[in-house]
Amino acid sequence: MDYFAQQLINGIALGSIYGLIAIGYTMVYGIVGMINFAHGDIFMIGGFTALIAFLILVSFGLTAVPLILLIVLLVAMALTALYGWTVERIAYRPLRHSFRLAPMLSAIGMSFVLTNFSQVAQGARVKPVPPIITGGYTLYEADGFVVRLSNVQIIVVLTTIVLLALFTWLVARTRLGRDMRACEQDQTMASLLGVDVDRTISMTFVIGAALAAVAGMMYLLYYGQVDFFMGFVAGIKAFTAAVLGGIGSLPGAMLGGLLIGLIETMWSAYFSVEYKDVAAFSILIVVLIFMPTGLLGRPEVEKV
Amino acid sequence: MAGLSASAPGSLAAPGAAFIFKKALVSALVALVLFSLMIGVRTEAGSDGQLTYWTRFGDLAIMVATVFGGSIVVELLRQWWGPVGTIRIVPPSVQGGLAVARRGIAPVLLVFTFLVPVIFYNERYILDLGILVLTYVMLGWGLNVVVGLAGLLDLGYVAFYAVGAYSYALLATNFGFSFWICLPLAGILAAFCGVLLGFPVLRLRGDYLAIVTLAFGEIIRLVIINWQSLTGGPNGVTGIPRPSFFGIPLTPGDDGLAARLGIEFSTTHRIVFLFYLILALALLTNWVTIRLRRLPIGRAWEALREDEVACRALGINTTTTKLTAFATGAMFGGLAGAFFATRQGFISPESFTFHESALVLAIVVLGGMGSQLGVALAALVMIGGFELFRGLEQFRMLVFGLAMVLLMIWRPRGLIGHRAPTVFLHHSQAISSDLVKEGHG
Repeated sequence: MDYFAQQLINGIALGSIYGLIAIGYTMVYGIVGMINFAHGDIFMIGGFTALIAFLILVSFGLTAVPLILLIVLLVAMALTALYGWTVERIAYRPLRHSFRLAPMLSAIGMSFVLTNFSQVAQGARVKPVPPIITGGYTLYEADGFVVRLSNVQIIVVLTTIVLLALFTWLVARTRLGRDMRACEQDQTMASLLGVDVDRTISMTFVIGAALAAVAGMMYLLYYGQVDFFMGFVAGIKAFTAAVLGGIGSLPGAMLGGLLIGLIETMWSAYFSVEYKDVAAFSILIVVLIFMPTGLLGRPEVEKV
Repeated sequence: MAGLSASAPGSLAAPGAAFIFKKALVSALVALVLFSLMIGVRTEAGSDGQLTYWTRFGDLAIMVATVFGGSIVVELLRQWWGPVGTIRIVPPSVQGGLAVARRGIAPVLLVFTFLVPVIFYNERYILDLGILVLTYVMLGWGLNVVVGLAGLLDLGYVAFYAVGAYSYALLATNFGFSFWICLPLAGILAAFCGVLLGFPVLRLRGDYLAIVTLAFGEIIRLVIINWQSLTGGPNGVTGIPRPSFFGIPLTPGDDGLAARLGIEFSTTHRIVFLFYLILALALLTNWVTIRLRRLPIGRAWEALREDEVACRALGINTTTTKLTAFATGAMFGGLAGAFFATRQGFISPESFTFHESALVLAIVVLGGMGSQLGVALAALVMIGGFELFRGLEQFRMLVFGLAMVLLMIWRPRGLIGHRAPTVFLHHSQAISSDLVKEGHG
């Protein structure tokens, strides 16, 4: 039971990170109808920029941890958002009216570009950082087994909740959110009614990338390392989360992320660590077969 | 529309130098911000595990300047080329010449390929490269069945390649089966895996299908890595037997082929044999595909690619159509895998990553999805291009990714590709108004 409680905590923290990435997938899919294959790599770039910003700040002699974290978060979000914008501008916008597979292939190409760009620019080796946030709370102790809730986990979950609330408000209440929902329904009609479709789509990518940057930073805090290849597997898992929750649905993406995080943690804890990725990928396949609309998704009407 | 407005004189004023300069400046600024941390600062873990960093402002400046210059060049090129979609009229004489060249290129290429081992007998490097190119030609033709003909985007093709390779490797090392028994077995096992993958994904389309096939490919790879007792895990399988010339080994001993033919033994014999072996396998793939295209099943694949709903409305069984496409494509992948295993003599999961799938897919897309000749040329260009970057190993995938993006923007249908259906009506037919209520059909 204690072991289970500990795994539950770990799973929720990991799931929050997946959820943040999954939001980017689900939003882009909702509006443009394509899988942004490079999104996992955007997450990786977010982790790298956070790491570098952190290193620079520390070497400048900053010691106040909350201030460092805040600056790092803002820098990583801003830079990664620009990456998201650039990727959309270069690789997806020219293909908006091309045939169905073109954006997908272009996205795969972009994913390679980003992965290998950071490999060339920053080297292939894993970048470890010493624990930035230490400490935590012991929830309870029984039979010599300690159930701990670390400060990092609290920060990860809290940040996720705050961002999700902010984001839900953005989509539901602001002008931009309304434009986004309009574009999701009918781009041509939206443009006729004065919505700048190009700008709205760009903003979607920017927001998705900013959230991925937060996820990247959380990953850095949580695991204490980044490497150039981490975007691939994390990206597929986050996509699985988006599909599980019902693609196009924001609460669904978060829910799916949490579920994937929990399943992965539980699988590693009770079955085998080696096959945890196999478990996650199998879930993707099973969900798509038996529940293609996901948990909270709307059924898609087949049109001729 | 775009062509019309562009051809009208003066309707689209060419942007001036100021505009180009401004655009380049914006690009350079964006590049400066993008690269500021990723290129301007380099991090590395020191010997004590502590992360250190140093700045590289020189490299950053070079990159930003490159983007600035590149932006100007691209903008000038764009003006020189004119708007996308401009209709270019090729004179009939040139068109005729092109048609002749297009018809002639396939036989010339084939004859040349047959002569490669004769011409380059002493050039081991070229023979090896030729074998590599032909392997990818075969993989491309195999995937072409799935992607080009049936229109099912498969991102996990490498899984079947892996299944074929491991089938041969394990059967040969554990049971001592010969290559010629294992080859069909590898094909059958891979086809079986194709059906296995095909069943669950029958209802999926487009992007979803792509991501599930990707997941399938990864699952196969992870299982190979973790099932150590069977596959040897990350260490792979070593000591895979070399192929024999239909039972006669290509060894220097008395019973070897060289001794029996009474010629001096040379290691090149085996290379040449492998070259003709993969050529035969590739041509088999091509021949089967061409024949299948003329059968009802091939027509059904093409119909499926064009419109699945219409396909079902016409009474085509989409289930069997999709499954046969998956199985056929997978079988060729498996055959190529068995060949790969016997050529290398050693296989490990590292050879079967997603990159490989993407490379084969890129070959099919570059070749124009459905064009056999296009795929062959694309394999030649891609693998040859990769060889050019041999010295710059780490830039290879970067350039590959960039090429993929640019290709999609510039020629989304492939370089020489066309995907015209093999059957179509040659004359437009007037349909009687009795049949069509609206009048002239």
